[in-house]
Amino acid sequence: MFENLQYVGRTTLQVFENLGRGSIFLIRILIGLWEPIKRPSLLIQQLYSVGVLSFLLILVSGLFVGMVLGLQGYYILSDFGAEQTLGVMVAASLVRELGPVVSALLFAGRAGSSLTAEIGLMKATEQLSGMEMMAVDPIGRIIAPRFLAGFLSMPLLTAIFSMIGVLGGYFVGVGLLGIDEGAFWSQMQTTLDFWDDIVNGVIKSLVFGFVVTWIAVFQGYDAIPTAEGVSRATTRSVVYSAFAILGLDFVLTALMFGDA
Amino acid sequence: MQQSKTVVTMVGLFVTAGLIALFFLAMQVSNLSSFQGNGSYIIKARFDNVGGLKVRSPVSVAGVRVGRVKTITFDKKAYVAIVDMSIESRYDTLPTDTSASIFTSGLLGEQYIGLEPGGDEEFLGEGDTLELTQSALVLEEMIGKFLFKKAEGSANN
Amino acid sequence: MENSVHNDDSIVSIRNLTFRREERKIFDNINLEIPRNKITAIMGPSGTGKTTLLRLIGGQIEADSGTVSVDGDVVQDMRRSQLFALRKRMGMLFQSGALLTDINVFDNVAFPIREHTQLPESMIRTLVLMKLEAVGLRGAQDLMPNELSGGMARRVALARAIALDPKIIMYDEPFTGQDPISLGVLVKLIKSLNDALHLTTIIVSHDVEETSAIADYIFVISKGKVVGQGSTDEINRSGSRWVHQFMNGLPDGPVPFHFPAPDYARDLFNRR
Repeated sequence: MFENLQYVGRTTLQVFENLGRGSIFLIRILIGLWEPIKRPSLLIQQLYSVGVLSFLLILVSGLFVGMVLGLQGYYILSDFGAEQTLGVMVAASLVRELGPVVSALLFAGRAGSSLTAEIGLMKATEQLSGMEMMAVDPIGRIIAPRFLAGFLSMPLLTAIFSMIGVLGGYFVGVGLLGIDEGAFWSQMQTTLDFWDDIVNGVIKSLVFGFVVTWIAVFQGYDAIPTAEGVSRATTRSVVYSAFAILGLDFVLTALMFGDA
Repeated sequence: MQQSKTVVTMVGLFVTAGLIALFFLAMQVSNLSSFQGNGSYIIKARFDNVGGLKVRSPVSVAGVRVGRVKTITFDKKAYVAIVDMSIESRYDTLPTDTSASIFTSGLLGEQYIGLEPGGDEEFLGEGDTLELTQSALVLEEMIGKFLFKKAEGSANN
Repeated sequence: MENSVHNDDSIVSIRNLTFRREERKIFDNINLEIPRNKITAIMGPSGTGKTTLLRLIGGQIEADSGTVSVDGDVVQDMRRSQLFALRKRMGMLFQSGALLTDINVFDNVAFPIREHTQLPESMIRTLVLMKLEAVGLRGAQDLMPNELSGGMARRVALARAIALDPKIIMYDEPFTGQDPISLGVLVKLIKSLNDALHLTTIIVSHDVEETSAIADYIFVISKGKVVGQGSTDEINRSGSRWVHQFMNGLPDGPVPFHFPAPDYARDLFNRR
């Protein structure tokens, strides 16, 4: 019994210790951000590997999610005779929730895990150490550009996801199931508010981008420099990101969409 | 560090795609296109009962949305609700004797304020208060009235 | 152990250094003087923290007590900018080479030059080619690190380490896991570079044969203390049994063959 308490206590302290290390690391990244700004080529390279290479995944997923929303939404709404509101349903679901959350989860799985593995591997092969010994700051050179790229890519990917999703819903609803095209768009436009829905969705994606990239980059930097350590760190990065995304989504939704 | 042209181009395309998506969402999906009006002005109305009216509920004239409910507050002395409505600046021809009523859109829909213009020559400006208001219909009161009328009717026969 | 090297001859001076990791004392009040322009070897069994010593000299980690001075300046007292300036005068060769995997051989060697100087590309090209020529890999300049063999990668890393013409060069286990030909190449390179470029070389290794062939001075470290020091001959004639076992690779001696265990017969015949 007492040992269990000790275990709980120790684990809790470890959580705080990791959080503390991660926060100090974050501050060093933020300070080091001027390096990729000074040298845009670093940033562009990372935007490519983090953003462009995730593009296809986001596109296809967004399309299918939108189409499923269209299909499933039609079935549910026709029970109430409310099929014509399909446009609103698809768009609101996507812009407010599914767009930010699903894109962030996909991003964490694809780009986040690859960032963790890349940085962890650099640590294991002593490249980070080597840079330090050559008087080059690895935080500014390697970590900060990746962090900035992740943060900037996230809202772009989310917007693409939502847009393709709405178009997918349009294709299924109007194209396949015969809903009135005018009703689809006009109801959507009157109900969805730019500031409340679109901007809030973008804010969510920025928050997710910040947190997911931070987790991915920190797990890589903190990994035990062995093959096993890197693979564990990669898994941790995806799992922690998932928890963070879903938890933050709840908090943000409550803040943004509750009664003002 | 050599940067291949392809990489830079792809990044450029990616960023453009993202911005186009944002633009699409802003224009096609939300009400940004109809909300072109820069600026709005506030008019107030006092209600005995605002029912289910919420902040951001629409305000319309002749069925066209002209603004939104900005704030709902309670007057401690007069025991009435004060509703501030934000009206788009381009709709500046509302007469001062306009009346405001709280309606429900559809059977189960959300409540909104409908403005019925009067005949006055002067127009409402920033901070003006509407004189004539009709509160929201409360279901219990309506049922009560209906039953009362029924009871009266059968008593008279 | 008394030091037989005069202070003004030494470029790196380690005094009363104590370093702990978790509960263990990695270094316990040790003293080391690294002589200038010579090849000094730091040897000892795996895990004694030899790499840690190099990191302490380079200022990557801080000692718990004692001082590490390079060329008269105490490393712990340095500000970031001074530390960075110090590192530009030191070259380090990591065990794995630590080349940057996303750029080719040429760019790897050019990396420190591009970072720390404003030299034009034409001059950088000349320098890089010269360094690569010195290690015999000028023809490999366009290859990517993953296309190199282990020995070649180390040589490229060596070219990179001398790119800024440092005064001190440190090798972390350079001979580990190399085939005989690569070993021969490395041994020759380390010696000839040290002499041609007037470097001070510090080699951390447990490869007795190769290291003894070129080292001018050897420190033997075990359990956080210096257990032997002197020139190669002095070490080989050392009276210490431990040093003798280490240098000759004897399987049993002060470091026993058997891991501590209870009585053999009792263990065999009693089932627990």
